[in-house]
Amino acid sequence: MMKKRSKHEFKSNTMPAMVTVGPVAILLLFLVVAPLIFVAVMSFCQTDEFYNVVYRFTAANYGKLVSTDYLKIYAQSLLIAFVTTVICVLVGYPFAYVIARTKSRKKQLFYMLVIIPFWTNSLIRIYGWRTFLGNSGWLNKLLMTIGLVSEPVEFLYKTGTTVLGMVYCFIPFMVLPLYTAIEKLDDSLLEASSDLGAKPLKTLFEVILPLTASGIFSGCIMVFIPCLGYFFVSNILGGGNTDMIGNLIERQFKSANNWPLGAALSIILILVTLLLVKIYQKLGGDMDSLGV
Amino acid sequence: MRKARKEKRIKRLSVAFCSMVYLFLFLPIFVVVANSFNATTTKPYLSWKGFSFDWYIKLWSNSSLLESFGNTMIIAVLSTILSTVIGTLGAVGIYRYKFKGKGMINAFLYIPVVIPEIVIGIALLTIFTNVNIPRGMVTLILSHVSFSVPYVIFNVRARLSGYDKSIEEASMDLGANRVVTFFEITLPVLAPGIAGGALLAFTLSIDDVIISYFVNGQTKTYPLKVMESIKSGVSPDVNALSTLVLIGTIGLVYLTQSGILSGKHKEI
Repeated sequence: MMKKRSKHEFKSNTMPAMVTVGPVAILLLFLVVAPLIFVAVMSFCQTDEFYNVVYRFTAANYGKLVSTDYLKIYAQSLLIAFVTTVICVLVGYPFAYVIARTKSRKKQLFYMLVIIPFWTNSLIRIYGWRTFLGNSGWLNKLLMTIGLVSEPVEFLYKTGTTVLGMVYCFIPFMVLPLYTAIEKLDDSLLEASSDLGAKPLKTLFEVILPLTASGIFSGCIMVFIPCLGYFFVSNILGGGNTDMIGNLIERQFKSANNWPLGAALSIILILVTLLLVKIYQKLGGDMDSLGV
Repeated sequence: MRKARKEKRIKRLSVAFCSMVYLFLFLPIFVVVANSFNATTTKPYLSWKGFSFDWYIKLWSNSSLLESFGNTMIIAVLSTILSTVIGTLGAVGIYRYKFKGKGMINAFLYIPVVIPEIVIGIALLTIFTNVNIPRGMVTLILSHVSFSVPYVIFNVRARLSGYDKSIEEASMDLGANRVVTFFEITLPVLAPGIAGGALLAFTLSIDDVIISYFVNGQTKTYPLKVMESIKSGVSPDVNALSTLVLIGTIGLVYLTQSGILSGKHKEI
């Protein structure tokens, strides 16, 4: 029996391949691919008067996607996601640079301090911002105590506040890939550049940035795309004034009960994602650096 | 001389800048922690009425909040175990064997990573509804496994890329079969990657709001419970619980970090 089994083991790899890869394959098929295909199908369906999905073909949902109200929200979503991404790069890059290049023994701790906030749920942290920025919040208390303002300043329900919340949620996703890219920078290249007479700014633009561009690209992908769907940030901080595509989708599934329309809206997000990932790959981005 | 002074100024500037960023990252957490000591008892629980530990006591009689937290932990633990097992096996299999559809599996793994969570959430909701799986604990766990597995695979794969296959051959030459070799040789080598993947899966699970929001049915997770009460005002027992969780995780990491750190050094 022993002999028979070992013979089988070395002759064919079908069994071990099925045992190891099978579960992942089934999972991806049934919980990732099939659901997405189903969304695509549903986006061409209708609803009856009781809001049930009826599987009869229509392209009407896509017609609704181009209404002026929706177009405004797309523009607003892209603007918020874009500004968020730009701020994340501008703040995240120098920050990641300092903590990745520090010679301090506490480097590991500096890195951990970027991750620790994740252990408090993001929704609760965003609620913390709401507490801080509200009319009777601490920032207003502080401003009034030191006499800068006499009336509470309305910080909430502004586009800027939603951007702040998004930057808050996503800046770690910018910092972590940048940290990885910057840490790999070779000191001798920077020295060579300055030895050859390059000013620091020239070294930055011609050596450092090109060598760490991969980190910037993957950070931008990891910030811009999910930002479009983070409906709870604009719900809590924007209070309905700063709706994004994510809020539109959420409403179709949770209150307006028009799943096919929600599905069609999701197709927009899928197309945006595919487009950006294609651009990312064209720019030489490595898919593996997207996994955090 | 002037150069040294300039360097010092740059250093001071960068310390100040980084401190600001850390302050930004931790500010809402400070607010959450501070408000857990707020003696206020009237909605929306925002104005400061003095220091008290009351909410830490009241917390234990808020059974629906505790239940939601229990749900979050059950989902996180079970989905972490499942995704770690499935992901580790998968990473080893994908790395080692040639089979049809390998490229496709590799490509599909990136879908949960790049597609916005809301799309995954509604896609799972529609499929669960269509095949009549009642929404609740089971759908929550399945969903969490589906978005965690790719991260486990990426972590284990990173470990595999520097892996010397000959030690497995040696093991089998010495008479161990495939299963014994997997548990005695392969797993210990991959352990740091597996641990990293599991930690990430756990973190993603407890932090998830959006996907859970669509597939939960009547089962409330902790963040979903909080979301419900945001309009009317979140009572500070939520803050108290969050504070306890934060202290717990920081303590846990402090205890294990020395181990993780020494593991990382060995890797190099």
